[in-house]
Amino acid sequence: MAVQLEILQLFWKALTVGLLITLCASLLGVTLVLRRFSMIGDGLSHVGFGTLAMAAAFGWAPLPVAIPVVIAAAFLLLRGAGEKLRGDAAVALLSASCLAIGILALTLGGGTNVDLMGYLIGSLMGASTTDVYLSLGLCAVVLICFGLLYHRIFSVTFDEPFARATGVRTGAYQFITALLAALTIVLGMRMMGTLLISSLLIFPALIAMRVCKGFLSVTLVAAAVAIVCYLCGFALACFLPQGLPVGATIVCVNLCAFGLFAAAGFLRGLRKAPHGAAKGGAA
Amino acid sequence: MPTPGVALQCDKLCLGYENREVLHDLSFTLHFGQRLCVVGENGSGKSTLLRALLGLKKQNHGTIVFSDKRGSRAIGYLPQQSAAQRDFPAKAREIVRSGLLNSMGLRPWYANGHKARTAETMAQMGVTDLANRCFRELSGGQQRRVLLARALCAAGGILLLDEPEAGLDPIAAQELSRRIETLHKEQNMAIIHVTHEVTEALRGASLILHLTNAPNAYFLGAPARYLEHPLSRRLLTGHTSPLTDKG
Repeated sequence: MAVQLEILQLFWKALTVGLLITLCASLLGVTLVLRRFSMIGDGLSHVGFGTLAMAAAFGWAPLPVAIPVVIAAAFLLLRGAGEKLRGDAAVALLSASCLAIGILALTLGGGTNVDLMGYLIGSLMGASTTDVYLSLGLCAVVLICFGLLYHRIFSVTFDEPFARATGVRTGAYQFITALLAALTIVLGMRMMGTLLISSLLIFPALIAMRVCKGFLSVTLVAAAVAIVCYLCGFALACFLPQGLPVGATIVCVNLCAFGLFAAAGFLRGLRKAPHGAAKGGAA
Repeated sequence: MPTPGVALQCDKLCLGYENREVLHDLSFTLHFGQRLCVVGENGSGKSTLLRALLGLKKQNHGTIVFSDKRGSRAIGYLPQQSAAQRDFPAKAREIVRSGLLNSMGLRPWYANGHKARTAETMAQMGVTDLANRCFRELSGGQQRRVLLARALCAAGGILLLDEPEAGLDPIAAQELSRRIETLHKEQNMAIIHVTHEVTEALRGASLILHLTNAPNAYFLGAPARYLEHPLSRRLLTGHTSPLTDKG
C-alpha cells in the first residue's frame, strides 16, 4: 500500500511540474523563436547538463549551482546574439564544451549515477516537492509577466530598435526573457532530459505559427497546443506497457502536431490561392 | 529651449565610434512643416545620425533638442525592414498600435483612446481593411504603409523615414510618397527623410544634408544651393569622378 501511494504521489508531482514547465516554455518560446533565438534553449540545456554533472562529481547540491550558471549563460547568449558577435557560433561552442565537460565530470566522478542519466534522457522520478513549489512560482511569474507586459513584449519581439526608440526598455525585457528561460530549462531538464528540453520551447511556437496570423493567437494557441501535447505524451509514456521515456514521447507527439498543423496551414493556403490571384507566383 | 515652430535643433553634433569619427560639428534647425533630406553613400554616417536622433546612440559632443517633451521617443520612425519581420505572425492592427507604447506610461494595456487613435491612423494610411490581415501576407507597399501608420502613432510631429521607397515597385513607391507628402503639407509635420533617390528627394525638400565619408565634409543647405554644389553631381550622375578620367 505504502509503495503504491508513493508511486501515485510521484506521478502527480511529475505531471504537475511538467505541465507548469510546459506552459512557461511555450510562452517564452514564442518570443525566442520569433527573435531567432531558437538555438539558445538548446545551448542552455547543455550548460545545465554540464553544471549538474560537475555538481554531482563534486558532491554539490544540483539546483543552487545550476540555476545561477544557466542564468548567466542565458544572459550572455542573448546579449551576444543581439550584437554583432555571431550568435549561432557562440551557442554551438558553448553547447559542445558544456556537454564534453559534463561527460568528463561524469566519468571521472565515479561512473554510474542514475540521477545524471535521468538528466540526460529525462525521467519521471526527477520531480520532488521542491520542484513542484519552484515550478508553481515560476509559472505564476511567467503568466503575470506575459499578462502585464504583453504589448511591450510584442513590440520588442517585432522590432527591437523601434521599441527602444519608443521608450521601451528593451534591455530589461531581454534580461527577463533570459532569466525566465534559464529557470524553465533548469527545472524542466529532469522531466524532458537535457537533449529534449529545448523542443518544449520551440515546438509550440512553430506549431502555432503554421496556422495563426496574429501574435496574440500564436501565443494562445502555442500554450494550448503545448499543454495538449504534453498530456498526450505523458499519458502514452505512462500507460503503454513498453515504458517509453516521457521526454522523447512528448517531443514525438509535438512532431505529429507540427505535421498536422503544417498540413492544415498548407490546405488553407491552397484554398485561398484562387482568391489571391493578384499575388501570383504561388504555383 | 527651442523657439516656437522649431521641431528639432541639433547643435555642434559630433558622432562616432570608439576610434573613428563619423560626423563632425553638425548644426541645423528643423521647423514643423519642413522636410530634411539626408543623402550620401553607404558608410557615410546616415544610419549613425539616424540612431543618434532616435536616442539609440549617444553623441560624442553637442546637443539634440526636441520641441516635444518626450524627446526622441516622440519621433515617428519608419525603419528599413529586417528579414525577420517579413514572416512575422502579427496582424496589421497589432503592429500599428505598438507605436502608441511611448504614450502609455506604466499602463499595461491600451485604453479606448488608444484604440480610437489606432483606427484613425489606419484610416489615414488607407490600411483600415487590412487591420486583421497577417503582416507577412501583405504586399511590400501595404507593409510599408502599415509601418508608416505605426510611426504616425508614435509621432509627436516629427517623422523619421529611413529609405521608405527602397524595395518597392514604382507605383507603390509613388503612392507612399504621396501619403508622406500629405502628412507633410496638411499636418505640418517635420520630416527627416533618409534616401538614395536624390532626384525624388530634391522635390519638396526644404533642406538637403549630404554626408560623405569624411566626417566634416558634408553639405547642408537648400536644394537650389545643393544643385550648384560639386557634391550633388556625384549622386545625380552616379559618378564619383568625371567620365573622362575613366578611359
